[in-house]
Amino acid sequence: MGRKLLLDKAHIEGIRHYDVYRREGGYRSVEKALKTMSPEAVTEEVKKSGLRGRGGAGFPTGMKWSFLAKPEGVPRYLVVNADESEPGTFKDRYLMEFIPHLLIEGMITASYALGSNTSYIYIRGEYWWVKEILEVAVQEARNAGWLGKNILGSGFDCDIFVQPGAGAYICGEETALIESLEGKRGNPRIKPPFPAVKGLWGCPTVVNNVETIAAVVPIVNDGGDEYAKIGVGKSTGTKLISACGNLNKPGVYEIEMNISVEEFIYSDEYCGGIANGKRLKACIPGGSSVPILPANLLLKTAKGETRMMNYESLSDGGFATGSMMGSGGFIVMDEDQCVVKHTYTLARFYRHESCGQCSPCREGTGWMEKILLNIENGKGKMSDIDLLWDIQRKIEGNTICPLGDAAAWPVAAAIRHFRDEFEWHVTNPSDALKGNYGLANYAKPLEVAVPTA
Amino acid sequence: MADEKKLFTVTIDNITVEVEPGTTILQAARKVGGDVAPPAMCYYTKLKDSGGKCRTCLVEVAAGSAADPRPMPKLVASCRTNVMDGMVVKNITSDRVIDARNGVVEFLLINHPLDCPICDQAGECHLQDLSYEHGKGASRYEFKRRTFDKHDLGPYIQLHMTRCILCYRCVYTADQVTNERKHGILMRGDHSEIATYIEKSLDNDFIGNVIDVCPVGALTDRTFRFKNRVWFTKPVDAHCNCDKCSGEVQLWMRGDEVLRVTARKDEWGEVKDTTKGETGWICNTCRFERKKASDWVIEGPSHVNRHSVISQGHYENGVKPSETIKKVMGGRDPKLLMNIKDVSEVNQVELSEIKGAATSESFKQLKKGN
Repeated sequence: MGRKLLLDKAHIEGIRHYDVYRREGGYRSVEKALKTMSPEAVTEEVKKSGLRGRGGAGFPTGMKWSFLAKPEGVPRYLVVNADESEPGTFKDRYLMEFIPHLLIEGMITASYALGSNTSYIYIRGEYWWVKEILEVAVQEARNAGWLGKNILGSGFDCDIFVQPGAGAYICGEETALIESLEGKRGNPRIKPPFPAVKGLWGCPTVVNNVETIAAVVPIVNDGGDEYAKIGVGKSTGTKLISACGNLNKPGVYEIEMNISVEEFIYSDEYCGGIANGKRLKACIPGGSSVPILPANLLLKTAKGETRMMNYESLSDGGFATGSMMGSGGFIVMDEDQCVVKHTYTLARFYRHESCGQCSPCREGTGWMEKILLNIENGKGKMSDIDLLWDIQRKIEGNTICPLGDAAAWPVAAAIRHFRDEFEWHVTNPSDALKGNYGLANYAKPLEVAVPTA
Repeated sequence: MADEKKLFTVTIDNITVEVEPGTTILQAARKVGGDVAPPAMCYYTKLKDSGGKCRTCLVEVAAGSAADPRPMPKLVASCRTNVMDGMVVKNITSDRVIDARNGVVEFLLINHPLDCPICDQAGECHLQDLSYEHGKGASRYEFKRRTFDKHDLGPYIQLHMTRCILCYRCVYTADQVTNERKHGILMRGDHSEIATYIEKSLDNDFIGNVIDVCPVGALTDRTFRFKNRVWFTKPVDAHCNCDKCSGEVQLWMRGDEVLRVTARKDEWGEVKDTTKGETGWICNTCRFERKKASDWVIEGPSHVNRHSVISQGHYENGVKPSETIKKVMGGRDPKLLMNIKDVSEVNQVELSEIKGAATSESFKQLKKGN
């Protein structure tokens, strides 16, 4: 059994409520930090742990905290990004729903380290019931004296507010989130200045993912060095993975960084293999915005080594042979799935969610969607595939925020690895129109020896 | 002794220039001028926080600074990126930039018809210039374009969203110049549109400036629309005593008629500063209601770049030829044999008096009215 740091107590009856959470050792990290550590020491432990942001970008958390400007007389803010809207990613929801006090405990400790007296949870509006759970938990923490003035007599004041979004994916981008939190339209800001210098209300702000902040609790409790012992290299600790698609046991799993992808998919401890005894065709390993990998590149790296569930191994060799760990949204496709259809669905999503500020994203995402719909419906031309490639290339890297990249990468990877499937749609329009995605005629053998266990 | 101001050295397309810290790459490039200056559709010097959206001004930073000469991995928006000492920038000398800009123009033209022959902005349209410089001969976009009905934002301004490239300049203008923003962006992505929510009027004293900042023909002056082509008019600098604005304007004249009044613009198409050093935004009264030459003190012809189509029929420093007829006729005035207004219907009406576009119908109506 893999070690669990975040969800180890999630199964305990009533853990959602303060009394049970406290009885099970909750809020120890706040006590330890406020009574025995300086804010700098907490940050130092986070640095030692090697914790990387769990929202998708994987930036070292301790380093991000140390970038926070500390001008005199200006408030600083911690904002927790709970706007979990990436298709395939639903890990934070699980954590907040089942063990909300872990997040609140992590927030108080992190706020202490950052010198933030007011912290926010910006939660996806569709998670309305989770918002209610969080609000109850915040009130319980406030009643128990973990929030408010002079917590534990340390002189540190902290309060937490839960703010729901209105349902825009773009508000998961940190600067759009800040705009939305300020009551404005959730458009990304142009960086620099970064939020660490000029964020919420123009003040220094750290925006961290739910899982990242929750991980601060075991880091402070057990020490950064202990946390760093789990995993490998720059991928330390545990990671929540939300596995979905054609799996026997889809769900949210906490894995120790550096188990193999094969183990994650096929072992009974995790996903239990592909549903209905089908073969693995492809997988999007880190949320819908990261490049898809065909089965042969998913289980083995370009060098033929076993692909591991860590940042480096998953991104091996760049996008030609690798992908990203991203937010941990692990979307598995069996042999019956149509990559063209999936790519179209993603393109439609990103077109719908583009904020429309910058022209490559605004116009490019719509254009890609229309071409993909044509191909999917058997109305495509062979030249459309090259055109798609060119459009995604002109979006990538040229937009204000990463949504442009998020829209471009899935298209690029799908063409790179499954070009023949796109061509099949173009050359067999009648089958494509019937909804028979050509898989019976899709002759390319899956170049992977699928484990039977 | 005053401290000597430290200047940053920046090299753009192999041309080195010294600028003050805090200068953007775009402004540094504009200091050099010519092709070195990247195009900008959404950036506007006088509007705080504008820029960074259209991505036409993307440049490659080949060296970040003298202290850290690493290149920046992505192209950056030159209008929102400050220079560092020793920075090396590639604009038209970078294939990546040319390729990206080519893509941006193609994206912008997806939902902007290049119908210059019938667009009121022809001759003054920044996107028209951009498409000539960086566009392709044909579009690869084969789907239906989005179209909108024209929308009158009150008596003076018309919005035609079909041409809008969502640069946000008008939104910033309304927000910052009028302090009364009644319009903004509705929807998102390629459904975005500039709107006043439920067809409201824009009637602030300074709202007319949104016309001046629009880089394309999306927001136009209803008192001038289709009265004339801009290259048939003569821009002259003029001023008046105005209690709302500086009164320093540009008149667009045909003969003695004032067809249009705008703020004065610089070589980048942005509103110039007034003689008092303030931004030369003008009020609605000056722009829309003072349409007689007698309302103004005319200073002289405006400077027009000779490469601009507006320079057609526009002469600066022209020498007025001396009147010779009287001289050769022994001091007598010539006898008028025929007044053209007596024989031509067209010349019997004043263009500026026509409400709306100057069509044959409007001529007839005006004639009936007479």
